[in-house]
Amino acid sequence: MFEEMAHRPASWLTGNGPESYIVLSSRIRLARNITDFQFPPSADTDTREKIVDFISTAFNKAGLGNKGKFIGSDKITPIDQNFLVERHLISPEFMRDGTGRGLFIDNGERLSIMVNEEDHIRLQVISSGLSMPECWEYASQIDSEIAAKLEYAYDDKFGYLTSCPTNVGTGLRASILIHLPGLVLTREIDNVISRISKVGLVVRGFYGEGTDVMGNLFQISNQTTLGRSEEEIIDSLAKVTKQIIEYELNSQETLMKDAPDQIEDKVWRSYGILLHARVLTSGEVMNLLSALRLGVCLQLIDKVSLPKINELLIITQPAHIQKYYDREMDVTERDMTRAALVREKLGAGDKA
Amino acid sequence: MLCQDCNKREASVHLTQIRNNEKIVLNLCKICAEKRGFHSPFEQMPFPLAEFVTGMVGPSKGKSQTKSDKGELQEKKCPGCCLTFSEFGRVGRLGCAKCYQAFRPELTDILRKIHGSADHRGKTVGQPSEDLQPIREEKRLREELKRAIESENFEAAARLRDEIRNLSIHQQLEDK
Repeated sequence: MFEEMAHRPASWLTGNGPESYIVLSSRIRLARNITDFQFPPSADTDTREKIVDFISTAFNKAGLGNKGKFIGSDKITPIDQNFLVERHLISPEFMRDGTGRGLFIDNGERLSIMVNEEDHIRLQVISSGLSMPECWEYASQIDSEIAAKLEYAYDDKFGYLTSCPTNVGTGLRASILIHLPGLVLTREIDNVISRISKVGLVVRGFYGEGTDVMGNLFQISNQTTLGRSEEEIIDSLAKVTKQIIEYELNSQETLMKDAPDQIEDKVWRSYGILLHARVLTSGEVMNLLSALRLGVCLQLIDKVSLPKINELLIITQPAHIQKYYDREMDVTERDMTRAALVREKLGAGDKA
Repeated sequence: MLCQDCNKREASVHLTQIRNNEKIVLNLCKICAEKRGFHSPFEQMPFPLAEFVTGMVGPSKGKSQTKSDKGELQEKKCPGCCLTFSEFGRVGRLGCAKCYQAFRPELTDILRKIHGSADHRGKTVGQPSEDLQPIREEKRLREELKRAIESENFEAAARLRDEIRNLSIHQQLEDK
């Protein structure tokens, strides 16, 4: 399964959203539960399977069947799981105990819904660039359509009830994936992160909670979900993001003023390695692509486009490589195949 | 120092965490620390918020206990999923929607600590938030008014009564 997905980039990678030179994507996640069923972490497999049946039926009634497909977790192989994590469609936690779960993905990969992750429903809308209000509007629309077909666990005082008290209220996690090479190179990043945490936002790694930062890509999201409306949460994240973009652009300006030759060298050197290397680890590719992205952002290089870099960022991940060529590979083979794939994609310009 | 979970063994694991500018100190014995999953950093990783929550629950206190018919102290239990409050403290996850009713006072405190508020102000089931904002506001004011009257704080009650009146006038004007 998913082979055809491996050959086309997800819509959020198009790089055509606002501020997409710095902000890769905006994401809205809503946590919802239904009444009369135990929350997934304490439900046994039998109950979880009943919940999957119940919710997938409601999805169909809400018309989601025409928008995409629903997949039971028993059909998702371990390599598919990694593939979906790399594509930001499921969380690493989703498949920890693989039974009695389900996943809905729409055709453009804009909307995805995990059933029985930590909550019965985890609805996610992701789009290119800094486009929070659009994401929220769409997520809320789908959420309301689903709400009309089943009964959500909701309390007049507390709002939407969730398995973990940290998600209660709006159940909303708004996050952006942002590329900050300038702040990392000027070592301002720790400063910025500590300032971000003071205004109630959290900085996470590439794949979300508990993951590492790779390729100077950071995820920034709201910490609290209760006491503010969705619009307020989104608005404050967007405001802070605009501020961070400004800091990043300032750092890039400083770099170009203080060390233009070194920056230019770093960009072209990275491009050279990507074009000619025979062995590339996924970590190395992320860092080289980050430098290349910086080069495009600073208009130092025009040989490669932003969507191409975004696409490479995802398809060079371990499970993607294997899905792309439709066979299992060990690390050594993957590193060689990855280098070949990068050469092919970059060498062919933007046509491939 | 005794372990804060079992209150029996000597605490040998001391953890200090700072989240949301709040310091959380956990003093546990080795066995209870393992129960909370601190023995393996990998296991603990996907739930970085769980121990934050469990740190706040702490050992069960008076109010999470109820008296049985025979007058013995019994721990509060959710009628929906049988989760006890101390079990929640251990895992940091609630069992079902009814838990929010069963542990309402305790959870109100916890939510306030986590979010700085325990009152939802966002979207309500099936309706956009802005439509319901005045209704919720009126409900909140009416509750406050009731409390003010109960505590014989008539000055505040008069002010609240005016606020409610203003709100409904506003609402009528907007509707027209």
